[in-house]
This record gives sequence, structure tokens and C-alpha cells, in this order.
Amino acid sequence: MSGIKEVILDYIKEEYLEDEDMELDFSSPLITGGIVDSFSMVSLKRFLETKYKIQIPDAKATPDAFDSVDNILVLLKEFNVV
Amino acid sequence: MAYSTKEQGHLKSELDNIKKDGIFKEERIICAPQDSEIEVIFPSGTEEKNVINMCSNNYLGLSSHPEIVEAARKGLDHRGYGMSSVRFICGTQDIHKELEDKLTKFLGTEDTILFPSCMDANAGVFEAFMNEEDVMIADRLVHASIVDGMRLAKAMTDTYKHSNMDHLEKKLILHEDKRLKLIVTDGAFSMDGDLAKLDKIVELAEKYNALVFVDDSHSSGFIGKTGRGTHEHFDVVGKIDIITTTLGKALGGASGGCVSGRKEIVEMCRQKARPYLFSNSIAPVIVAASNKVIDIVSSSTERRDKLEVNTKFWRKGLIDAGFIIKDGETPIVPVMLFNAKLSQDFAKDLYSEGIYAIGFFFPVVAKGQARIRTQLSAAHDMTHLEKALAAFIKVGKKYDILNKTKEEIIGKYGN
Repeated sequence: MSGIKEVILDYIKEEYLEDEDMELDFSSPLITGGIVDSFSMVSLKRFLETKYKIQIPDAKATPDAFDSVDNILVLLKEFNVV
Repeated sequence: MAYSTKEQGHLKSELDNIKKDGIFKEERIICAPQDSEIEVIFPSGTEEKNVINMCSNNYLGLSSHPEIVEAARKGLDHRGYGMSSVRFICGTQDIHKELEDKLTKFLGTEDTILFPSCMDANAGVFEAFMNEEDVMIADRLVHASIVDGMRLAKAMTDTYKHSNMDHLEKKLILHEDKRLKLIVTDGAFSMDGDLAKLDKIVELAEKYNALVFVDDSHSSGFIGKTGRGTHEHFDVVGKIDIITTTLGKALGGASGGCVSGRKEIVEMCRQKARPYLFSNSIAPVIVAASNKVIDIVSSSTERRDKLEVNTKFWRKGLIDAGFIIKDGETPIVPVMLFNAKLSQDFAKDLYSEGIYAIGFFFPVVAKGQARIRTQLSAAHDMTHLEKALAAFIKVGKKYDILNKTKEEIIGKYGN
């Protein structure tokens, strides 16, 4: 399970962080913290869908569900990924 | 009645939350034509106050220019007040076609279609020619109207880090299999005042067979040596497939916008863009005045040259005084304060000093990036700028932020 969290965190750092020195952990607020905006959240959704071969309905791809790596893990549990 | 106490309570609660979050917007009432000096009533119920305007998009000072007002008056006399029609029924006059032709020539494109606003142009253009087989790859700081327009289209959406060409290239490789790939960017970014790297973007577009879209609303009329826009500045005129821009900023400041570019894309907009098909044509009075605007900016660079002088003076003055500003060369000059409350307090104190400028903070800009956005105009004289600079320095000293680093300002006020 921790492997998945790290994979997602690494993707987020690579895809979204402008400042490589910025610290980010599993509970860091992504949407409310201004790291990922709702416009660019689509790449994260597509990454999860491609990586874990799932389809996340738009109704479940909410800012709250994507607001931290921990929240994303809760979402992925619904798809039996973790 | 459907609008019961329950519905009212729900909306009141939402409005209260907006106020609680500190993002409730209030209008300042201006009792004068748009200019470098204006009479403002703010807060509501107070006396009119004469202030120097440092926050309008009136970059060329044409909004109240006598020749433009006169052209508008003639347009009213000769072509009437309203069209009472969309373009394709009975809303196209000779002056609409004249303006489209003039914009095509000015922007160096193949064809142009007018929209009621650039917001409408951006809302309509993507959906008009892209579908599920295509991808739109946008800079993450593009204007909200582009975000909305992309959301209306069926094509896949992706984004790249602001002005990060390596990240854009990765996205172009990722989407190499798509039918159409469209790189989407602002020409000048409205909050930071920086320019898209259009030369590099065009290089990547040619390498990966992609199209390029540029919203040049904050550039048309003054960026580039003859004011054609960002594509002129980067020497890529003719290589931008779609330019959207506005008549509501430097080019007269009234309203209206356009899509200008490849003739097939413009034609697709005429056939399919919903804001064009289902919204009234631009009023004749605005079209007539806009024709005059294009004549003025096509025949002389005097106003954009004055704007450039003003911009250099203002940027140097702020840096010499010890402010932190965003690097760049455009007349959008953000004075960085980092803390949201400081940006609001600073703007309030400037207003007391007779300077009208607005503080911006999250979510309009990124967290910890609060600033006063200043905008220069060719309507500013040096006396305006000297007075404004003196006021900035006075308020800067009050808050002890001059010659301080970002870390020192954040250490004092937080972010």
C-alpha cells in the first residue's frame, strides 16, 4: 500500500511542483493548498486511471477526493486498487 | 413561490461564506470617463475622490480619446444604435466586415471573426473545430475564459507548468497519437505580466506537428515594435494558428473580441461557434470606433512608444525604491507583498494617498503570492507616475517592506 502512495506522491511532485525544494507529504493539501488547481487536476485523474486501469467517474473526481494523497488512497479503495 | 425562505437562506449563507473568506467583490463607482485620473466613490456613500488610475487595461489611453469618441458618434449617426440580430441573420453591416479585414491585416493572419467579447471568442473557438480525437495542452496560468472554453469542448484537456518548455515537450510526446494537438497560451499573462515564450512554443509546435493558440488580449496594440502583439515581439508572425484578442483593453476599451488565424478555423467558427451564432453582433457604435482605433495603431507607434517609456520608468522606479516586482517588460507590473491582508491594507493606504490600485491574493493568484497589480497607460504623464511612485514609497516605508527580501516580508507578515 505504501508503494502506491509513494508512486502517486512522486507523480504529483513531478507534474505539479514548480519549486523542487518544496516539501510535500501524504497529507499535504493539494487543491486547497493551491498546489493543484481544478483545471490541471485532469492530468492526475488520467494518471490514476491509466496507471491502475480504472475509470473514475467525474462525480467521484471531486476536489475533496483529490485534496491529498491520503484522500486519493481512500478513493482508490473504492476501485479495489488498494 | 419557488423562491422560498429556504432557497434565500441557502444563497445568503453562500454569500456570507464569500465575505468570510475575504473574497467578496465590491464595485468602485467611477464618475468620469476612463482615464489616467478619475473621480471615484468608494466606499459607497463617501465623497467623490480624484485618484490616479493604476489599474485599468487602458494601455494606449484610447478609451476616451477624442478621435475615438468622434468616430463612435459618427458610427451612431450613420449606422444606428443596435443591430437587433445575430451576425448571420441580419446583424452584419459593412463596418463589421471592414473591422474584420482591418484586424486580419493588423494581426498578420488569414481571416478574422468578431465576437461580442474575447470571453465569447474563447468560449466558442475550441468547440468549433476540435473533437474527441484531439488534445488541447494549456499553460496552467491561462485566463479563466480559456479554461471555460476548453471545458466546453469535447477534446481531451491537458496542462503544462507555467512557461515550462520541457514540460510542454513531454506533454506533446505523451499525446503524439492525437489527430490535432493544440498548444494553448496567453500572450502576456495578466497577473504576472510575463510573456509566453512564443518562439520556443512555435519551435515545439513545428517539431511535434501541433497548432498554436494565443490569447493576446493583454498585448494587442502595444507589444512588439509596431504593437501587433506577442507574435511580433518574438518574430513569429504568420506562425500562430489562432489568435484571440479583445477590443476591450488597449484597442479602445469598449467591448468585443475576435478569433483571427487560419481561414479554415475562422470559417469553422462562423459555422459552429455558439457565442457567434447565438449572441448579438457588436453594436455599430463600437465597431465604427474600433475601425478608427485600428487606423490609429496601424499608422503610428507614438502611443505604444510612450507606454514603453512609462513602463520602463515605473519598473525602474519601483526596483530602485526597494520593492520586489515580477520581472518582465510589459505594462503589467505586479508589486509583490506575498501576504493577503498586507495587499489589502496597502491598496487601502494607496487610495488614501490618491492612488487607485488593487491588491490580489489567493485564489486569484497562487497562495503566498499576494500583490498589488499596477498597470501603465500611455495616458499617464510623468507627473502621474512620479506622484504614484512617491505614494508607493510612503506606504512601503509605513509597512517597512522596502529593500527587504521575500523571506523577510513573509517573516514579518506571514504568507
